[in-house]
Amino acid sequence: MSAEEQSSAVVLQGLVKSYGPVRAVTGVDLQIRHGETVALLGPNGAGKTTTIDMMLGLTKPDTGSVSLFGQLPRAAVARGAVGGMLQNGTLLRDLTVRELVAMVGGLYPDPLSVDDVLRITDTVDIADRRTQKLSGGQAQRVRFAMALVSNPELLILDEPTASLDVGSRREFWGVMRRSAALGKTVVFATHYLEEADLYADRVVVMTRGRIVADGPATEIKARVGRKNIRATLADVGIDSLRELPGVVGAERRGESILLRCVDSDQALRLLLSRYPAASDIEVTGVGLEEAFIEITEGPDSSLTSGEDH
Amino acid sequence: MRRAIAFTGYELLRSFRNTRFFIFTLVFPLILFYTVAGSNRHAELGGVKFPVYYMVGMASWGAMTAVMSGGARISLERSAGWTRQMRITPLSTSVYFGSKVVAGYLMAIVSLILLFGAGISLGVRLSAAQWLEATGLLLVGLIPFVIMGILLGHLLSADSMGPALGGVVGVFALLGGAWGPLGQTGTLHRIVVNIPSYWLVQAGHVALGSGAWPLRGWVVIAVWTLVILRLTVVIYRRDTAKI
Repeated sequence: MSAEEQSSAVVLQGLVKSYGPVRAVTGVDLQIRHGETVALLGPNGAGKTTTIDMMLGLTKPDTGSVSLFGQLPRAAVARGAVGGMLQNGTLLRDLTVRELVAMVGGLYPDPLSVDDVLRITDTVDIADRRTQKLSGGQAQRVRFAMALVSNPELLILDEPTASLDVGSRREFWGVMRRSAALGKTVVFATHYLEEADLYADRVVVMTRGRIVADGPATEIKARVGRKNIRATLADVGIDSLRELPGVVGAERRGESILLRCVDSDQALRLLLSRYPAASDIEVTGVGLEEAFIEITEGPDSSLTSGEDH
Repeated sequence: MRRAIAFTGYELLRSFRNTRFFIFTLVFPLILFYTVAGSNRHAELGGVKFPVYYMVGMASWGAMTAVMSGGARISLERSAGWTRQMRITPLSTSVYFGSKVVAGYLMAIVSLILLFGAGISLGVRLSAAQWLEATGLLLVGLIPFVIMGILLGHLLSADSMGPALGGVVGVFALLGGAWGPLGQTGTLHRIVVNIPSYWLVQAGHVALGSGAWPLRGWVVIAVWTLVILRLTVVIYRRDTAKI
């Protein structure tokens, strides 16, 4: 074992996985240090779930290796070092929340007390309710309680808020933060940029089965969280628009202009003060999908041309 | 071991809370027994007193359903993503399957006790040794069916499980003579003596004083058990490799 593997919570090396002709993961290398909270951000079909399944030992990679705390996933799972929340999982019915958490905790060598877990996950008031009678947000917190009950060092969550409304989503992350504060390493998959930005120290962007960006949340947000400004503005050279602060690309289509911005607020202020004739102004967010594709294909080609997409 | 027992305890709790299932598995055979055996109390069937034959027939049917449903629940847990969730815990496959087998058998025992009680209420009288022997043979004869439940649990989707379970148990009950004997000679008889449910129903023959199964009964149960076990292992491997 290398020193690297020993000091890391997660080491993925050269992971490749295909399902028949579909290449789900095409070469993923990733290291996650102890105590980091990492978001795996990407559109549907990017390979996030397959990567997480390989991390948890549920899926065997075609090539490459997974090491959790220097161990194989099965071994790390068996000693209770890993808690996982899978996508689309439901709860076992005919048990109460307390019974279910106790049942799962009972499988581990050194679990947290059920009361502590219920308290941390904000499920005390529904502890005696049968699992089939929970709302979506409640069920998700119970699933989180099951992931937490072994008192794992590493939490792996696959799109934990995908099916929740905004309120439940915020509640869930509140609970999550409390447990991350316990010093755990957290990896979560999401396709919401806001979630990655708000709750992760580090964001790993995946698309088409590989990692295309990896860095602090703020940096990733600047790269993918772009907005477009559209306006009607005749007789202004496209080059001078491209030089506006906050603008990274500009195009003209007849009388209308399109500005691709990293900071649309700043760009818009300057646009209006320098070119008061600009009208029909529209500011739209760039879809994550589009932003990811731009990252994949390199910033230079996408930022300047734009027409080929 | 302590952990395995605790886990199995929760599985039992779940089985007994599933009231719909409880009613269908336990009450149907009872109703059928009282209506049919009640009006034929003094007749003879298949060489034994009618209530004895029918008691064991209905007990076999109910116990087959109960014991298979243990494993059949796996299909529901698979489609709900629960088996995957369990695979990221230290729970071993043997404890998981073990809990289904124990829950299935416990339900089967409840079903047997109810049917035996019903039999006694209609005048069935056996010696203590005969009760024990009949029960023992029934429990052994259920082994291929408990494994078959696990097989179906991995083979079928949760949607198709209800009708499939009813159909499979129905065919075995019918061919085994649980709902009435199929005749003691002829081609059909030569076929059904190779089916495990036939020997389940024959457990009632202890009342004749003819003792337990002949060698053929033990061989049929053993061969079915081994074949179904092998098939289940193959299907289970295919299923978990896919997930």
